[in-house]
Amino acid sequence: MESITPILEFNKTCVSYTKQTMAVKYVSASIEKNKITAIMGPSGCGKSTLLRAVNLMHNLYPNIRVDGEILLNGENILNMEPIDVRRRVGMVFQRPAPFPTMSIYDNVLAGYTLNGIKLSKNEKDNTVEQCLRSVALWDEVKDVLNKKGTFLSGGQQQRLCIARALALKPDILLMDEPTSALDPIATKHIEELMLELQKEVTILIVTHNMGQAMRISSKSMFMYLGELVEYGDTATMFSNPSDERTKAYLTGKMG
Amino acid sequence: MTNNKVKKRLAKDRLMLWGVCLFAAMTATPLIAILGEVLLKGYDQLSWSFFTEPTPTAYKAMKAIEAGEPIPGGIANGIIGTMLMLAMASVFAVPIGILCGVFLAENPKNKFAQFVSYLTDLLQGTPSVIIGIVTYIWVVVPMKGYSAVAGSVALFIMMLPLIIRSTEETLKILPASLKEAGLALGGNRARVMMKVQLPAAFGGIFTGVLLAISRVIGETAPLMFTALGCSFIRFSIDKPISAVPLLIWEFFNDPNLQELIWGASLFLLLFVLTLNISAKYIAKKWNQ
Repeated sequence: MESITPILEFNKTCVSYTKQTMAVKYVSASIEKNKITAIMGPSGCGKSTLLRAVNLMHNLYPNIRVDGEILLNGENILNMEPIDVRRRVGMVFQRPAPFPTMSIYDNVLAGYTLNGIKLSKNEKDNTVEQCLRSVALWDEVKDVLNKKGTFLSGGQQQRLCIARALALKPDILLMDEPTSALDPIATKHIEELMLELQKEVTILIVTHNMGQAMRISSKSMFMYLGELVEYGDTATMFSNPSDERTKAYLTGKMG
Repeated sequence: MTNNKVKKRLAKDRLMLWGVCLFAAMTATPLIAILGEVLLKGYDQLSWSFFTEPTPTAYKAMKAIEAGEPIPGGIANGIIGTMLMLAMASVFAVPIGILCGVFLAENPKNKFAQFVSYLTDLLQGTPSVIIGIVTYIWVVVPMKGYSAVAGSVALFIMMLPLIIRSTEETLKILPASLKEAGLALGGNRARVMMKVQLPAAFGGIFTGVLLAISRVIGETAPLMFTALGCSFIRFSIDKPISAVPLLIWEFFNDPNLQELIWGASLFLLLFVLTLNISAKYIAKKWNQ
């Protein structure tokens, strides 16, 4: 049997917005290294909430509680400093959010600027080129690196945001419906990019789009009402779901 | 018939449109009337010397009036006093106001922040004459004299709530995704504020600062208690100093100098208008 390295483990992870209701209920799952894992489920099932727990985004909002454990390489991130965790866990949001006052060049390096890490001119140039190449944006923007990031198209902006997240060489890349604001062609580009990137980084992606989960992920989670209903190989889940609720969702009877 | 009903509705619509236009025109009328009045009366007095020379003495002015000549001198002492006090007030009000606005915007649920926010509203509503008299007690009395410093303290207090509010409002309307994206890259809150949020909010904050300046530049009452006035050009900050609105009040009280009211008013009005228009322009430019 081949060895499976879990890079991230959820252990009875719970997230609650109010004392009475839990948005994520006792989720336990191991995420494998260098694979794409999709989190699917209908709106309000807690998939984004679970994803945002991984880089401690919930710490920003004092009323949100996260319980249980989330282990990153065996270390419980809930006990770690947010700035430390977030450097190792990159995130790409639903809407492309390049920093509007920064150039394309500075956007890629924003992670370093925000962490107070000084790079030499040479290191900067190399990082920018390498990151933009890895998101297949270099050829399109190499002559306009000094223009604002917001000058790019939606799909390009999203790739810029991925490059910005990759620049810090994270262990995991969280993607929260990264293509839902994009057109089909831009979506296709991003999907191809993700398949390429999984060699370097583990990707955990929330998606509303079943087709997308099928096309890109090797593992899938199906969540419903805050519970992790089913977790397994994407191919198996789509062809032969073991839970009635998964089946209902995948066949379009629920959504 | 349906057709009649439609006509009725269209007529109502037109009536409403005319009504709205009428009230809009009524609002614009006083502004245009004020501008026209000040422009017509003040235009004659504007000359190079009006901006470079201090106020003439009443005696000189009287002689000139008797000789049928234009009144000599200008309002340079007032302009310099106004600029000096505005600069001193801004140096403190801008950073303190922005920092306070940051605190309020970032901690909307914090009890202390809510308390400060409430105080800011109160301060904004405090009559300027009260700010003047309080500054008199706080600054003029201990310093044993009227001064530019005292004037700037009064202006500083008046500018503060305006800058706090505009910073807070601008930061609050920034998309939350900006801040989250910054924090997701591992930045701490201070760095994300300095490198991402404040630069993105710069247009709004700068507009707020300009509007705060244009709001206090015409303040007269607080300066009467603090800066007092001075008839010659002076740069020392520990002595009484003049200001354009103070001059307008002085001119009004001196029959020999009354002619100068309009030139000084025109200057003040144009200055405020320029600030307002540039504020609008900058905000628009920055948001593109």
